[in-house]
Amino acid sequence: MVDMSVGGTRRRALVSFRGGGFAPVSITWISVLFFVLLIGFWQMASSLGWVSGLFLPSPLRIVDALQRLALSGELTQHVTASLARIGAGWAVGAVLGVVFGGLIGLFSIWRSVGVPFIAAMFPIPKIALLPLFILWLGIGEAPKIVTIALGVFYPIAIGTYAGVDNVARTLIRMGQSFNMPFHHIAFKIVAPGALPSVLAAVRISTSIALILMVSAEMIGADKGLGAFLLTAGNLMQTDNLMAGIVVVAAIGLCISGLLTLVERSMLSWR
Amino acid sequence: MGFELAIANVSHSYAKMRALEDVSVTLNEGEILAVIGPSGCGKSTLLGVVGGLIAPSSGSVSLLGETPPDTLNPYTFIFQDFALLPWRSVAGNVGLPLEHHRLGVGERKARVADALARTGLSEFADALPKQLSGGMRQRVGIARALVVKPAVFLMDEPLSALDAQTRELLMDDFEDIWRREKTTGIYVTHNLDEAIRMADRVMVLRRRPGRVREIVAVPVPRGERRKPAAQGALRALHEELWANIREEAKLADREVARG
Repeated sequence: MVDMSVGGTRRRALVSFRGGGFAPVSITWISVLFFVLLIGFWQMASSLGWVSGLFLPSPLRIVDALQRLALSGELTQHVTASLARIGAGWAVGAVLGVVFGGLIGLFSIWRSVGVPFIAAMFPIPKIALLPLFILWLGIGEAPKIVTIALGVFYPIAIGTYAGVDNVARTLIRMGQSFNMPFHHIAFKIVAPGALPSVLAAVRISTSIALILMVSAEMIGADKGLGAFLLTAGNLMQTDNLMAGIVVVAAIGLCISGLLTLVERSMLSWR
Repeated sequence: MGFELAIANVSHSYAKMRALEDVSVTLNEGEILAVIGPSGCGKSTLLGVVGGLIAPSSGSVSLLGETPPDTLNPYTFIFQDFALLPWRSVAGNVGLPLEHHRLGVGERKARVADALARTGLSEFADALPKQLSGGMRQRVGIARALVVKPAVFLMDEPLSALDAQTRELLMDDFEDIWRREKTTGIYVTHNLDEAIRMADRVMVLRRRPGRVREIVAVPVPRGERRKPAAQGALRALHEELWANIREEAKLADREVARG
């Protein structure tokens, strides 16, 4: 209770304030400070010898390793190989996912076949299928690209047909009431209406693609970030290992930032 | 020369539920018919049948006589929730129903500009729906209907998503448009005042399955309904219709409660 003195008489507020809280916001300087402190503490722990440099290399040694790898051109080779794989795999999976998700969203036959099929196949860890793909397709790029494509396909197909299902019924009725032909309704009403859900699925699919890229490269590749990480680990080059992880994280952040830009420009109407 | 909209013996059932039974009514060109009744009486189903969105179990809807030669979509809806595409501008939404017709770019633009002008939206042509108030959004809905020059407007509770003041303003807008050009339409509403103010005749539907309980002409011409002299007659009509609707609504409630 809040006591207030007004004109000499003591009055009590009728109700005490209870409207605060439940509105968390991100405060930039606190976020920045946290990371600065974290990295600072890490560097200090290494410099003071609290942790062994072999088990956990210091931030400065990781930066050194990054610089060395960048200058020697080794990093570029691995990154290019990885980006080519993830780019090809993601594009194939995304296109097929949008096409099949759209068909499932629009047609009963595709829905009858597609939904149970996806329910059965989606939970399989796609990396488990890589040996099979190597058997079928040989030990080139194809099995890795197919693994990534498959991992991307399911979430995007699901996100697409869920998006189609969520398009407001009245918008479709509106199109029909004006006698718009089917393909006009599909492309002018359903497709843009499903876009937010598709883009949300795209976001999920990119992190799946990144995981599968690294895993697939660990199984069978001599170039690529996964292969590089595996070699560094086997050779106990923990500074190289950590440098590789930083690069993978940076790629993830770049993709995420790119997607934010795409969402902002394509969904500005929301 | 003119036309008639004939709704003849329309019945419709959803899976198990009978929604409409043997509804017949004929509208003359230039006439607005309000349809009113307790919720679930099949008002919207009737509109869906007329607009070709619902295939009736039996009965027929036909236009007799000559429809306006430049109409692109004889039966055109104005929706309760506006049904605007949020990613399209006002002009984009209004132009949408023209895009599958063979029209020159010039004519398309002219039709859109004309519809926007008639609804007072010209200066908002490039705005997105999210930037507009509810009343403005429904004016976009009206403009989108005007652009195809319909023979019959099908208005499905066009004002019920709006607040009371906006509703008043839009009723004025409707009246203006209807005064300027002969408009034929079915106006579905659950608001009796709205029905009496907007319609030439009011059709009261019985509770489920919807049947015609009565069709009453509003005794005062639309332009004169605000005059003090008209109030007595309108109030009497209101009383009469309300007595019927109340009875239907009460019975409907009891039936819902009994399941």
